[in-house]
Amino acid sequence: MTSRTLFALTLAAALLGAIARPVAAQPKPAVLVPAGSEIGFTTKQMGVPVDGKFSAFNAQIVLDPKKPETGTVSFSIDTGSARFGSAELDAEVPKPTWLSVALFPKATFQSSSIKAAGAGRFEVAGKLTIKGSVRDITVPVQLAQSGASSTASGAFTIKRLEFKVGEGEWTDTSLLANDVQVRFKLVLSGMAPL
Amino acid sequence: MPRPSTAHYTPVAIAFHWLLALMIVGSLSLGLYMSDLPFSPTRLKYYNWHKWAGVTILALSALRLLWRLTHRPPADLPMPAWQQRAAQGAHLALYALFFVVPLAGWAYSSAAGFPIVWLGVLPLPDLVPVDRALSESLKPLHRWMAYGLGAVVVLHIAGALKHHFIDRDGLLRRMLPARS
Repeated sequence: MTSRTLFALTLAAALLGAIARPVAAQPKPAVLVPAGSEIGFTTKQMGVPVDGKFSAFNAQIVLDPKKPETGTVSFSIDTGSARFGSAELDAEVPKPTWLSVALFPKATFQSSSIKAAGAGRFEVAGKLTIKGSVRDITVPVQLAQSGASSTASGAFTIKRLEFKVGEGEWTDTSLLANDVQVRFKLVLSGMAPL
Repeated sequence: MPRPSTAHYTPVAIAFHWLLALMIVGSLSLGLYMSDLPFSPTRLKYYNWHKWAGVTILALSALRLLWRLTHRPPADLPMPAWQQRAAQGAHLALYALFFVVPLAGWAYSSAAGFPIVWLGVLPLPDLVPVDRALSESLKPLHRWMAYGLGAVVVLHIAGALKHHFIDRDGLLRRMLPARS
């Protein structure tokens, strides 16, 4: 091996090393683990709580819990995966009156700021888009870690009429409450420790 | 011709009878009508009214049964033994169905994932856990028991009218408020 070859190999190794080194400031995105993750919602029909859930959703979460302000959360839910478990209601939900699944197949959330709120709690503010309507919301999130996986959970309330969910005669909130409670539990792997 | 009876049921028993008669016939009719309606606010309203009426009937029937067990009704009028047995059987079936029909409906609603909130205000406990398969078997139970109740109610009314118009034995008057 000539000294020139040795030099070239050393240079190549150094370059490769530089490329492979992670960018220090950017934490790696956490991976959503579908098993154990759930998004549920509760509507009130004449005072009767009726539970439903979404079975298909995805999230891009980049968050170092020690520096939450640098993090971002973007979330997407397949509106067509909404189920009450009642054949009658499940046949209604995709219709234009409700989630209008053909025109608006996804509901999304994009964070604009994440703030620490003490003891594993965070306030995630951002834009929620459902059925083409965009609203600013703030979602309280509780983060818990066990081993390599983290669990983000929380609940918040949205006004269905702000998103035109339930049109025409269904805008009557004495029949169907305006408030819809949304609950989530997301199992994440690869998030930096708390 | 037998002497017309002058004995009356107690005013409380009479009030229970007519109030529940009205509620039960109303509930049966509403149940029959609403189940064919398309998905709409009207259907949602009727279903909830039907459930509120059903649990009210259940509660009043429990009080009525207590009253019945602690107060002696007027003595039987003279009639053939088979008619007496038929009347007793019909009353027994009525009382049983006063409980079976609403309980089956309540359980059906619970199993289907729709808890009952009485008058939209008072949440009632689920009778059975949410279970779609169970709800599919409770639905026909509620329906057929309700048809059964409707049939016995028709028999009961037919018997009372027969006593009133054919036997003219004053039996029906015992369930009307006494004239002072």
